[in-house]
Amino acid sequence: MNITRRFLVGSAAALGLSSGSAATRAQTPAPVVLTNVSYDPTRELYRALNDDFAKAWLASTGQKVTIRTSHGGSGKQARSVIDGLEADVVTLALAGDIDAIARESGKLPADWQKRLPNNSAPYTSTIVFVVRKGNPKGIKDWPDLARPGIGVVTPNPKTSGGARWNYLAAWAFELDRTKGDETAARTFVQSIYRNVSVLDSGARGATTTFTQRGIGDVLIAWENDAFLALQEFGADKFDIVVLPFSILAEPPVALVDGVVDKRGTRKVAEAYLQYLFTPPAQKIIAANYYRPFKPEAATSEDLARFPKIRLVTVDQVFGGWAKAQPTHFDDGGVFDQIYRPGGPATR
Amino acid sequence: MSLALDERWAPRFPKVGVLPGFGITMGFTITYLSLIVLIPLGVLVWRAAGLGLGGLWAVATTPRVLAALQTSFGLSALAVLANAFFGLVVAWVLTRYDFAGRRLLDAAVDLPFALPTAVAGIALAALYAPNGWLGALAAPYGLKIAFTPAGIFIALVFIGLPFVVRTVQPVLQDLDRELEEASATLGAGRWQTVWRVVLPALAPALLTGVALAFARAVGEYGSVIFIAGNIPFKSEIAPLLIVAQLEQFNYAGAAAIATIMLLVSFVILLAINLLQAASRRRFGDV
Repeated sequence: MNITRRFLVGSAAALGLSSGSAATRAQTPAPVVLTNVSYDPTRELYRALNDDFAKAWLASTGQKVTIRTSHGGSGKQARSVIDGLEADVVTLALAGDIDAIARESGKLPADWQKRLPNNSAPYTSTIVFVVRKGNPKGIKDWPDLARPGIGVVTPNPKTSGGARWNYLAAWAFELDRTKGDETAARTFVQSIYRNVSVLDSGARGATTTFTQRGIGDVLIAWENDAFLALQEFGADKFDIVVLPFSILAEPPVALVDGVVDKRGTRKVAEAYLQYLFTPPAQKIIAANYYRPFKPEAATSEDLARFPKIRLVTVDQVFGGWAKAQPTHFDDGGVFDQIYRPGGPATR
Repeated sequence: MSLALDERWAPRFPKVGVLPGFGITMGFTITYLSLIVLIPLGVLVWRAAGLGLGGLWAVATTPRVLAALQTSFGLSALAVLANAFFGLVVAWVLTRYDFAGRRLLDAAVDLPFALPTAVAGIALAALYAPNGWLGALAAPYGLKIAFTPAGIFIALVFIGLPFVVRTVQPVLQDLDRELEEASATLGAGRWQTVWRVVLPALAPALLTGVALAFARAVGEYGSVIFIAGNIPFKSEIAPLLIVAQLEQFNYAGAAAIATIMLLVSFVILLAINLLQAASRRRFGDV
């Protein structure tokens, strides 16, 4: 409703401008609407960031900007953009999904990740465990997930970007522990998935299954989603387990050149993405439980929530998403091999 | 003479009739059906055709796809059987008896039609989860309902019920009571009357309802996904595999599974139709 009204006002303003003089045009630039196609757990984050950016942009240029953000599983969102959803910017869960947009649609260059600082990741996160209050099963580290009788909740890596981080974190842990034994890593990940009784299609679905339906002893989750779950469903019911070792999740952002050039929104869309790396945005990012790229901009109490964890990256361990995706998650990849008839995870 | 001629020609020229406007309505029908049904299905098959017959066969015979197809079609069949029986009972009660709240109950039958399937799925999952009202009753006996194939079955029964009730109900309403009375006066017992008089008359309508409910159940995604658990080889339905293929940008793979489902559904619906025709021939139209 609100969007429609703004759009009408915007169209009216645009009509007025086209018939008006050049002078008026310079004074009040036409309002603009940006579409940000994002992944599942960023709702709260972008609501805060969008408001702040719109205010700053209005103050500095006099132009009114409305940012519409759409959320969903990262892979699904990427597919919508490939299929023609006009996203000015994409802010997805993993670089592999934006790579896919570049590859399949050609709407942005293959080297998109080099165009912004920090591999185009304005915030990072990691993977943590959420357990029931008091941690009755004593789950402290990755090997506990593979113990018989432990119920693990994690989404399906085929459909969820977050689930891919979960899977790779477990793999990286065992690889690190055994000093590079791939077979051991595979066996380890298999025994974890043997303990999984529900594979939801997205991260938020898995959180619901664990918190609301009472399934499982441990939820493997984004750090930011774990904090939100605690805030939402009560810190008296769940605990977050801080892991000694995890993966550095780098959710990247990118400009969709094909769309902004068509819609004439390149300037504001670029400014929006650059804004994400500025101190005010970094402060909001930390307040929303994401690890900021510039910690110095965040308040110390927000930062205190992020324990020091040994974090490895996908580039270090797996040689980047371009390699990890086909090896592990494409059809016939390692994840599919885990689920074979009579295979270890199917019993 | 002319009447006899008409009758002889009628099967070959069915458009010879008193109703005007055949040309325009037929043209409209074909255009409409093409836009809404035939072209989308054509595109689907065309997408899958990129794989070739060999590729299609390879996709269809992957153990994972076979297992999912088995889950989808098997549980749909079970759910439809359950609905055929209980739907019939519901329709019977709603048409044959008058009681307080009958209209309310009657309206409630349509709710599964009206409810967004995702909402139904979430509600059912909440109810049948080990900590839900009904799930908690089953949990002490070690029974798990939500996140197992039993959960899928329940969701499919839920969405299929109105199809059976709503197709059987009007026929049951129009069924001549004198037939039953005649059967009784001729010495038939109650069960004999139901079994040999009422049921045969209802069979075509019941089969229609079953076919509709089955078609709906096979393709159902929204409600099932929340209660299924989605574990490969256990509780993974074929539509989920299609979605998973799409998530991997594998349109041809998704279209292949969809085409296989389409073919199987077509064969089953055709079989139901033939059965229906046979029962009509045997017992006549009601």
